[in-house]
Formats: sequence, C-alpha cells, structure tokens
Amino acid sequence: MFYRENGQFKTTYKSDQQIFAVKQDRIAIIAIIAFAFIGVPMLADEYLFRAILVPFLILALAAIGVNILVGYCGQISLGSGAFMAVGAYMAYNVFMRVEDMPLIVALLSGGFFAMLAGIIFGIPSLRVKGLYLAVATLAAQFFFDWLFVRVRWFTLDSPAGTAEVSNLSVFGWQIATPMDKYLFVLGFVVVFALLAKNLVRGPIGREWMAIRDMDVAASVIGIRPMYAKLTAFAVSSFIIGVAGALWAFVHLGSWEPLSFDINRSFQLLFIVIIGGLGSIMGCFFGAAFIVITPIVLNQLLPWIGSLFGVEISTAMVGHAEFMIFGALIVWFLIKEPHGLAKYWSMARHKLRLWPFPH
Amino acid sequence: MSKKKIGDVILDVNNISLRFGGVKALSDISFDVREHEIRAIIGPNGAGKSSMLNCINGVYKPQEGSITFRGQTFKHMNSRQVAELGVARTFQNLALFKGMSVIDNLMTGRNLRIKSNLLLQALRWGPAEREESEHREKVERIIDFLEIQAHRKTPVGQLPYGLQKRVDLGRALAMEPQVLLLDEPMAGMNVEEKQDMCRFVLDVNDEFGTTIVLIEHDMSVVMDISDRVVVLDYGKKIGDGVPDEVRANPDVISAYLGTSH
Amino acid sequence: MGFFLETIIAGLMNGVLYSLVALGFVLIFKASGVFNFAQGAMVLFAALAMARFAEWLPEWLGFESLLLANVLAFAIAAFLMLIFAWAVERFVLRHLVNQEGVVLLMATLGITFFIDGFGQTIFGSDIYAIDLGLPAEPIFILEGLFPGGLLINQDDLVTALMAMAMVALLTLFFQKTGTGRALRAVADDHQAAQSVGIPLGRMWVIVWFMAGLTALVAGMIWGEKMGVQFALTFVALKALPVIILGGLTSVPGAIVAGLIIGVSEQLAEVYIGPMVGGGIQIWFAYVLAMVVLLFRPQGLFGEKIIDRV
Repeated sequence: MFYRENGQFKTTYKSDQQIFAVKQDRIAIIAIIAFAFIGVPMLADEYLFRAILVPFLILALAAIGVNILVGYCGQISLGSGAFMAVGAYMAYNVFMRVEDMPLIVALLSGGFFAMLAGIIFGIPSLRVKGLYLAVATLAAQFFFDWLFVRVRWFTLDSPAGTAEVSNLSVFGWQIATPMDKYLFVLGFVVVFALLAKNLVRGPIGREWMAIRDMDVAASVIGIRPMYAKLTAFAVSSFIIGVAGALWAFVHLGSWEPLSFDINRSFQLLFIVIIGGLGSIMGCFFGAAFIVITPIVLNQLLPWIGSLFGVEISTAMVGHAEFMIFGALIVWFLIKEPHGLAKYWSMARHKLRLWPFPH
Repeated sequence: MSKKKIGDVILDVNNISLRFGGVKALSDISFDVREHEIRAIIGPNGAGKSSMLNCINGVYKPQEGSITFRGQTFKHMNSRQVAELGVARTFQNLALFKGMSVIDNLMTGRNLRIKSNLLLQALRWGPAEREESEHREKVERIIDFLEIQAHRKTPVGQLPYGLQKRVDLGRALAMEPQVLLLDEPMAGMNVEEKQDMCRFVLDVNDEFGTTIVLIEHDMSVVMDISDRVVVLDYGKKIGDGVPDEVRANPDVISAYLGTSH
Repeated sequence: MGFFLETIIAGLMNGVLYSLVALGFVLIFKASGVFNFAQGAMVLFAALAMARFAEWLPEWLGFESLLLANVLAFAIAAFLMLIFAWAVERFVLRHLVNQEGVVLLMATLGITFFIDGFGQTIFGSDIYAIDLGLPAEPIFILEGLFPGGLLINQDDLVTALMAMAMVALLTLFFQKTGTGRALRAVADDHQAAQSVGIPLGRMWVIVWFMAGLTALVAGMIWGEKMGVQFALTFVALKALPVIILGGLTSVPGAIVAGLIIGVSEQLAEVYIGPMVGGGIQIWFAYVLAMVVLLFRPQGLFGEKIIDRV
C-alpha cells in the first residue's frame, strides 16, 4: 500500500536510470543516510562505535571492492587481505615519511599503491580463470604476508615490526573519539559506495558483467577482456586498499601483517557471498552479518550451554563460529546464490504488493 | 517486391582452410558477399558452416587463406578488430549474458561507441549521463523493432528461448553493423516464431541495407529470402549461386539426400 | 656438492608429500569436476582424528602397544573420512550439480571452515603429537659416492617411502581396476557414464573417500614431523601450486609437479632465501606457479582449455 509505484512515471531515460528509481526508495535512503550522520551519533555509545559500527563500515567498503572483482566481473580472488595490507602499509609510509602529509591524501595513496599491486597480480586473469586464478591470487596473499614482515622498510625499521599511527586530524578536526572515527569512516564509505554504484550501472559495469557471464561472447561484441579484467582488478584493489588503510589507521591504530592474512581474505569473500554477489547493497548486509554474529554467538552460546549445565569456553565459541559460517556459506550457495540482497529484494517485492498476496 | 540495389563485393573469403588437430573443418573455401545482399550458407550437419562464420569473426584462426573486408585483407581476424570494422553476429547456442537484463545485454552492443572514461562514469556527471541516455534511446528503438518491450528489464536467463534469440539479434543490431552474421537464427523455433524472425531479418536488410550472411537449415526460408547461396559439405564448397541454381545442382542434392549406388 | 644434493633430497621428500595431497585434489577434480579447497582442512581433520584416537584407545581399551594404537587409530580415522565423504556428497555436492566451478570452489571453502570448527570442537585445539615409532637419528647414505656420505633423516626417508607407496597404489587403482575405470569414465563425461549404468553418487563417495585417505596419510606424516596443529591446513594448501603446475587433470602431472615444487622450494630457500631475509617458502611455490600459468595456462601436463562458442 505504501510502497506502490503508481503515478511515478518516468518521462526521461535519465530518470529511469537512477540508482533508486522508486520514490519511496529515494526517501528511504536519504532518511537512512541522514540518520547515520545525525541520529546514530546521538544514540550510540562508545562501544557501539568502536566494536560494531566502525568495523562494519570499513569491512563493507572492502567488500564493495571485492564484490566488484568477484561478483560483478566474476574473477575469483583469494588475495584481498594482501591488498588491504598494501593499502595500509603504503598509506603508513606516505603519512609518516612525508612532512605534513594530509590524512586523506595518505589514505588515498594507499589505495593507489594497492591498485598497482592489484593490476600486477591481476595479470594471470588474462590467461586463466576460476580455480587456477584463485591459486594465482593466493600468490599475492602469501607474498605480501612475507614482504611486510621481512622487509623492515615498510614498518619504518621499527624493532618490533609493528606499525602505529596516532593524532589523526583532517582540516583541523581531531579524529580522536570513537564517534569522530565513525563519522570520518562514514563519509568515506558513503562517497565510495556512490562512486562504485555509478561504475557498476554504467558501461564499464556492463563490460565487467559481460566478462563474468561469457567472456568469449564479450570479445565478439568488441569488449576487450584485458581492459575489462584489469580495470576490475584496479578499481577493486584501489577500494580494498583504502579500506585497508582505514582499518589500520582508524580502527586498529597499531597493526601487524597478521591483521591482513588469508583469514581476512576469506572473511571478505564470505561477506560478499552471504551479502550477495553482484550487489553493492549486499556488501552492507554481509558486513553487518559478519560483525554481529560473533558478538551474538559470544553471548548466546555460553547462555545456551548454561541451560544444559555445559561450560562453553571462548575457544569453543570460536570453533562454533567457524562451523556456522562454513555451514551458512554452503547453505547460501545452494539455496540463494544471490545472498541476503536477494532476500531483501524479495521482501521489497512483497512490500510492493502488500496487503495483497500477489 | 521492389528490386533492391545490391552493391559491390564487401567481404571476400579467399582459400580458407581450418584444421583442428587432425580434423579438417574447412578446405580451401572461397566465396564473396556483396553489399546489401542476403547470402545464405547451407549444408548438412558438420559441414563447417559455423566454423566458417567463426573464421570471419575472429573466433577461429584459419591455418591458410585470408579474408578481405572492404579492400583490406587480413590473414587472421581479431574479434575486436572485426567488431570495429562493423561486423556483428548471433550465435547458434546463444551467447547471451544471462545475468543481465535485456536492456543491459543490448547496451553492451553499444560499448564500442561509448567514449566516457572511468572517472566520468564513476561520477556519472554531465557527459556520462547524457551519453548513457543517448545509447539507451538507440537501444529502445531496437527493442521496439523486435517487439520485446515488455521484457526489457527481465534478466535474460529467465526468458523463453524464442525471446532469447531475439535478444541475441538485438545485441548484434545494437552494434549498428554493416555486415550481420546470423548463425541459425531460426533453430528451435515454431512456425510463427520463424515468420517473425524472417520478418525481422528482411526488415533489417531492407531498412538499414545491412548485408546479411545467414546459416540456416530450413530450406524454404533459405530459398525464400536469400539472394545467393553457398553450399558446404564436409568442409568443401559444393555449390555457389542464386537459390534456383543451387537447388538444381546435382552435387547439392546428393549431399543432402545421399547418393544411390 | 654434498650439501646441494642433500638439499635436493630434502626437497624431494617434501615433494612426495605435496604430490600425495595434490593427488587427492586431482582425483576429486577428475571424477566430479569439483575443486576441493577443503583438502587442506581434511588433512588436519584426519590427522587430528588419528592423533587423538591413538591417544585415547590405549586408555579406553587398556593396552600398551604403540603399533596397535596407531593401526586402530588409522582405521578409525579412515572410517571417519568415509563418513565425511558420504556427508559431503549427500549434503553439498548433490545440490550443486550444475553450478560452475567458482560456486563449487566457494562451497568447498565453506566446507573447510566447517571442518576446521568441527574438528577442533571434537578433538580439541592444542598441538598433538603423532608417534609412529620411527627411528629419529639421521643416517648417512651413499658413502661410497661421496666422502662422508649424505646426511638424511631416517624418519623422513621412511615417510617419503610411505607416501610413494600410497601414490603408487592410487595410480594403480585408478589405472588398473574396474572401479578406477568407472571413475575415469565419470571424470570424462558424467552423462555418458550414467547412461552406461555407473552410479554417479556412489562414485563421488568413493572418490572423496580416496581423497580422504590421501589426506589421512599426508596428515599422519606431516603431523609426525611438525605436530598436529592448525597450521597443517596451510602446509597442505601448498599442494595448490603443485596442481597448477602439473595441470588440474593430470595424475602424473601432480606427481612430477610435487617433486619439482618440493625441490625448487628447498633450493630457493637455501640459496636465494638468505639474500632477501629468509622464509620465502611461504610464497615461492605460489609465485612459481603463477609465473608458469602466464606461459602455459594449462600447466605442464594439463589439457589445453578450449572455449566453445
């Protein structure tokens, strides 16, 4: 009833091509963004910002990057953790080694170097795909794992091998409190999400999807597979690099290569699968799921255990997490390869028809 | 029917031979195609018809021979080159992008003509938006022409076979080609669908003057709409001429019906 | 010269283990088209099962013999892998029959995580030892050819022989038996195999079980060397560059490539490693595979990939 599109006629192609073509959607998204910038800071507490909202936003951003490569362009990548690492360490070096380097420039430069790494390690995609490509991307993961541990230059030759930043500020605004961090990251994420959405609904997005769906046919139409695949790697790793830099600078503060190891790559892949391959919105659903589930499990499982008189340790909760995620991945792939985003669009579809059943 | 003007030779296939390991798919094939005509390639199954189209299109690289397009001779065609030269095609087994909508599939056909770079696309500002709308308009005209308006936003994978074939044709048309290679466009269709497809093919040839190279099994269709016919059998050319000539050619008859001993 | 040869031999022995795990991958892929990313986790799970049961059985049943404990534990672990194979076919593979490789790959990633969690829940997450009762002192061989002989570890030698025996058995099974023939038929063409009456589902269970057995043997050997712990998963994943190098569809390829990777990794670490800070064996095999892919996308022995339009 509320969600009807009656009376919303599109008289120009431009209006038909908008991101949110249904007026109620536009109102909803503006409301959500307004709430995110204004409402949440008024209501949330430090813990919420620090432990849930900030990691949620940054992981969603990284997932957008991964989704562009895996979901839209169909190139499987198990090396996203490495590109986050490149973004983090290069942003660190640019920030610390150059006098008076503005924070935002440093973060973007992290993305830039990650982009270069992505293009180089994306070259195998021009020759192989699927499983072979997955293994090639693992080369990136393990190589960078090693590089940032062994080559002292990246950690400014610190004896402990860790990197650390403090005192972040942008145009005089000190990013100190958890709320500051939240707003800063939120700004980045909103901008990047918009840019990413524009790319995927435009010509390059169609090229990526064409390569995904049938790359032989794509070249017959005149799409250059090389250009499409390498731009997918480039754009994807740029975004992932920026996310990595944000993760290091804003969320962690001090970090080591382990923060970006293969488990991170798997985590991002899971976010994208659960959230929905080929959906920008899905990245947010998936990230929320991945961030919230461990917290829920941590409270829920010991409580369930206590009902039965069984003691459930944190290690056990960790194992349970693994099992649940693993089972969910398989379940989603079997039942709904389009992930949570598909459920969302089905819900919206039902909402359009409400109160009628069909 | 008004006599249409058939132009000069636009495409020349010279002594093409194609082998896959030990199998000779094409042996020394030569024929030409004139501008604005409808040229059919026929022959029993396995004669090498699709392979021939694949050679013209750059999907296969023949071991011998060359292809001349508008005076430029190529030993090996490269798919993108061919597309840029104005040659488009449909596929026997439908090579559609199943995950994308009808509109998006057709829009991919416009890709060669899209100029805006990545940054403009990301910002979706001014020129990028205008360009998108312009191409959308062109694509919508093709959608009208093929009468698939109701399905424009449906993911192609969900459409019935007959409509998918139309989308395949639409994507090729979106490239505004000078030469259109159609690989069994009517395969698997019922009588009405075939009539519709024939109508589309003839309209395209009539209105836009597009040269058409057509592989087809249905003899009545071939004899009806083509200007000239090439007949292949076991990778060799056994007939070449106007439909009536070819129909009466004893080699062609025996290839289809088998010789009696 | 002696040192060089010792490095090579050490590399070969590592390589045999890689070949073994790679064989598990190749078998599953050939028979069912599934790239089993969970092979590494299977190695860990099987090794955990064997380690714990070897520990528990003497307690529960009250005997002392190490040999008996090991044999029984091996048998139980093998049985568990059979159940696992059945479960994977029943709950995962059956439902993903027509999906493309990427989806199946990601499904096996899910299986990996599930097994990791499940195994550690049941068997615990400490580091466990597998004691095969192998002699630990290094010996000198080929003393006639080289002054002083070449130094190698006895247990490495024995385990390498075990792995080679397993590889030989598998290859024989695949090439010479009726079931092996049926498996090859399935690998070639699912539908054709079904149409001659080969039961697809059961074949897949057999293949996964065989992969499970290779995982068990590999896990047992590696577990004996480095203890059964989570890192085992990643050591096993080293088999991935092996398959890439060898070609995903080639059994001899997996064997040869395993040896090549084992040797080159060892050589690289010993001779190039010190120049760049050491520890390069975590990525060397992968980068090597990646570079080979650029020039030969199908690997050294794989079939050329033809895309049909």
